[in-house]
Amino acid sequence: MAKQKVSTGSTTGKGGSTTVFEYAPAPESRSIVDISPSYGLFINGEFVDGAGTSFKTVNPATEEVLSEVAEASATDVDTAVKAARRAHSRVWSRMPGKERAKYLYRIARIMQERGRELAVLESIDNGKPIKESRDVDVPIAAAYFFYYAGWADKLEYSGYGTQSLGVAAQVIPWNFPLLMLSWKIAPALAAGNTVVLKPAETTPLTALLFAEICQQADLPPGVVNIITGAGETGRSLVEHDDVDKVAFTGSTDVGRAIARSVAGTNKKVTLELGGKAANIVFDDAPMDQAIEGIVNGIFFNQGHVCCAGSRLLVQESVADEVLERLKRRMSTLRVGDPLDKNTDVGAINSAEQLARIKELSAIGEEEGAGRWSPACDLPSNGFWFPPTLFTGVTQAHRIAREEIFGPVLSVLTFRTPSEAVEKANNTPYGLSAGVWTDKGSRILSMANQLRAGVVWANTFNKFDPTSPFGGYKESGYGREGGRHGLEAYLKGTH
Amino acid sequence: MTTNTTAPASASSAAGNFSDVTASESSLRRFLHGLPGVDQVGADARAASLGTRSIKTTAKEFAIDLAIRMVDLTTLEGQDTPGKVRALANKAMRPDPADPTCPQTAAVCVYPDMVGIAKETLGASGVNVAAVATAFPSGRAALDIKLADTRDAVEAGADEIDMVIDRGAFLSGRYLDVYEEIVAVKEACGPAHLKVIFETGELQTYDNVRRASWLAMMAGGHFIKTSTGKVQPAATLPVTMIMLEAVRDFRDATGQMVGVKPAGGIRTSKDAIKYLVTVNEVAGPDWLDPDWFRFGASSLLNELLMQRTKMQTGRYSGPDYFTLD
Repeated sequence: MAKQKVSTGSTTGKGGSTTVFEYAPAPESRSIVDISPSYGLFINGEFVDGAGTSFKTVNPATEEVLSEVAEASATDVDTAVKAARRAHSRVWSRMPGKERAKYLYRIARIMQERGRELAVLESIDNGKPIKESRDVDVPIAAAYFFYYAGWADKLEYSGYGTQSLGVAAQVIPWNFPLLMLSWKIAPALAAGNTVVLKPAETTPLTALLFAEICQQADLPPGVVNIITGAGETGRSLVEHDDVDKVAFTGSTDVGRAIARSVAGTNKKVTLELGGKAANIVFDDAPMDQAIEGIVNGIFFNQGHVCCAGSRLLVQESVADEVLERLKRRMSTLRVGDPLDKNTDVGAINSAEQLARIKELSAIGEEEGAGRWSPACDLPSNGFWFPPTLFTGVTQAHRIAREEIFGPVLSVLTFRTPSEAVEKANNTPYGLSAGVWTDKGSRILSMANQLRAGVVWANTFNKFDPTSPFGGYKESGYGREGGRHGLEAYLKGTH
Repeated sequence: MTTNTTAPASASSAAGNFSDVTASESSLRRFLHGLPGVDQVGADARAASLGTRSIKTTAKEFAIDLAIRMVDLTTLEGQDTPGKVRALANKAMRPDPADPTCPQTAAVCVYPDMVGIAKETLGASGVNVAAVATAFPSGRAALDIKLADTRDAVEAGADEIDMVIDRGAFLSGRYLDVYEEIVAVKEACGPAHLKVIFETGELQTYDNVRRASWLAMMAGGHFIKTSTGKVQPAATLPVTMIMLEAVRDFRDATGQMVGVKPAGGIRTSKDAIKYLVTVNEVAGPDWLDPDWFRFGASSLLNELLMQRTKMQTGRYSGPDYFTLD
C-alpha cells in the first residue's frame, strides 16, 4: 500500500518517516515436553514394542527428526483389537455410565492440566502455530471429553439406545491430531465402546502423550489402544474381522477405499472426508469482520482444514474492495516459527503435502488465474508456503474444484444470491459453507439452500462439542459432535 | 443492502469533499447508515486476538517509550489546584526525573481554567496543553456557551481542544446538528487542534461508533477520541479498533490522516501495548506517532515508568520511586 501521509498540520512538530514496530521473537519454551527417542505401541494399557519396523516423525518447521515410532504390523493390530474386545466385554460395556463418565472427566481435566505440554508438542510435530494449538486445539479437545462425559450416564435420552457397538477402529488425519482424536475417542468411550486408534504417520506424538494420560487417569487396560503406522497399518485395522465400527477422517480417496473394504460386513462406518467450502460474502456484509472470516477460513492451520473456506465467492459490486482489504490484511500475517507466540501461519505438515500445494498452485497459474502472495520471508529449512490467493478463478479451474489443503484461496465472484447458491453447490463436496451478510433473513434462506453439513453465518471455522459436524456427497457421511455424534457409536432402538 | 455510492469503498473520488453528503439531514443520514455494519462478535474476537500478541524485550522497550510519548497526562477533577497542575506539567516534561533519557509525554490535559497555569509551566518544552471544552463532560449546554468555552481555552493558550459531541442529538438521529456543532467548534478552535470525544460508553453499539467516527472526520476533527473518562465503560480495545478502522478507511477515501485517542480505563503497560499492536496491525505503522495516536490517561504513566525501569535494571521498584501525579 502506498504511503500517503498527508499531515493535517502537526502540533507537536514531528513528521517524518514511519515508525516500524518490530515484534521481537517470543518463543514458547519447548522444555516442557519430553520427547522420547523412540515409541512403541500402546496396547492393553501399556507401551509395547511392535512386531513390525519403525518410522521417523519430523518437525515440519525444521526437518529435525523428533522420534522413531513403531509401525504396527497386522499382528500388532490383531493384538490391539483383541485387547479392545476383551476390555469391552469384560469391563467397559458392563460399567455403569456414571462410572465411565468419571474416567472421561478425569481425562479431560488432565488434558487441561497438561495443556501447555500438549500444545507445544502438537506445534512441534504438526507445524501449527502455538497460538492455535494453545487457544484452539487443546481447549476444544478437552471440551469434547467434558461434553461426552456428560452423556455417558444419559444415553437413554439420546434417542439412539444405550447399547454400545463394541470395538471401534478409528483412523485420524494429521491436520488436528489431538482434536480429531478427541472427536473420535470421547463419544466412543461415553457410549461404552472401546477403541483402537491410529494417528497419522506424520503426527503420532500427541496421541502417544494421550496414551500416557490414559495411564495417568487409570483407565482400564484395553479401553483405549493407540497404534502407530502408515496406510498399511490403517488398512489392517479397518479390515480387521473383529471390528464393529470404523470411523475415519481424511482424504476422499482413502475414504472410498474404506467404504469398499467394509461393504458387505456388519461394520458401521462414518467418514469425514474432504471439502471445498464456499465462503460467500454479500455486499452488505460487515466488511472488516468478513475479511477476518476469509483469513480465518483459509489461513487458519495453514489451510490444512477439511472445512476450510477455500473458495471465496464475493458479490461483484464489492469484489474490488474486498480484494484490496484482503490483501492488506494478508500482508500483516506473520509466517514462521510455529513456537513463536506471534506466528499466525506455521509450517506445511510434510514435504508430500507441500509438493501437492505447489503442484496445484502451478496449475492455477497455468490455467490463467492471477496469483498473489504478500511479501514474506520463509525459513530456509522445513516446509513452507506463503499465504496465497488466486483471482479471476472460475468454476472450470482445477483450483476451484480440487481440495488443495493448503493456504491457497480461490476468489470467484457472483451477482445474485441464486448464482451464489448455484456456484457454492457446484462441487462434489459438501462439508461446510460460510455466509456473510447483515441481513438475517438472507442467512436463513442461504442456509436452507446450501448443501453443506455446516453453514457458518458471519463467522467461520468455529467448532463446539455440542454441534454436529459432517458432510454431504463426497465429504462423507455420519456426524460427529453433539447428540448426533452418539448415533455412530450406539446400536439404535430398532 | 449498501447501495450508497458515496460509501467509503468508492468515495476516493470525493477526495475529502463531503459537501454533497453533509448538504442535508437526509443525505448525511443515508451516508452514515450506508457504512458497512460491524458484527460485534467478530469485532470483539479480532480485538481479543490482537491482545494475545506477545511483545517482549526490544519490542517492549520500544513500545513503552512510544506509549510514554503518546500520553496526554490528564487531571480533570473539580478539586484540581494550580499546584497540582504545575506538578503534572513538570511530570509531563520529565516523567522520570532520575533518567534524562526518558521521553516526555505528548500533552497535559486539563479544564479550561487551568490552561494558563499549565502553559506557563510548560513554556516551550514541546509538551502541548490540551483543554476539555464544550461543557465537558456532558455536553449539555447551548452552542454559544460551548463556543465561548472553547474560545476561552484557546485564548488562554490551549494547543488542543477536546470537545464532546451532543450524544442526545446523535442518539436521536439528528446527525446534522452534531456535524454542524463540530464544524462550529473547529472554527472556534482557530489554530488549536480539535479532538472529538464520542463518549462511546453512551453510544453503545459499534455501528454507532463507526458512524460517529465518520461524522467527526467529515466535520474536520483532527482526532477522534473514545471517552471523557467520566462514563463507564470508557475506552475499550474493540471500540478503539473500530475507530482505527475508520481513520484507515478515511485516509483511503480522502488521503487525509486523522488521529485516534482512547481515554479512560487504560492503566497497565500491558494494556497500552495491546493498543499499540492494534494501531500497528489495523491502521498501520503510520499511526504509531504521538501526532496520530494518544492515550488519555493519568495512572498509566507511572505504570509505564515502572516497566521501563524494570526493563533497564531487571528489578521492579515500588511506587515510592515514582512521582505522584
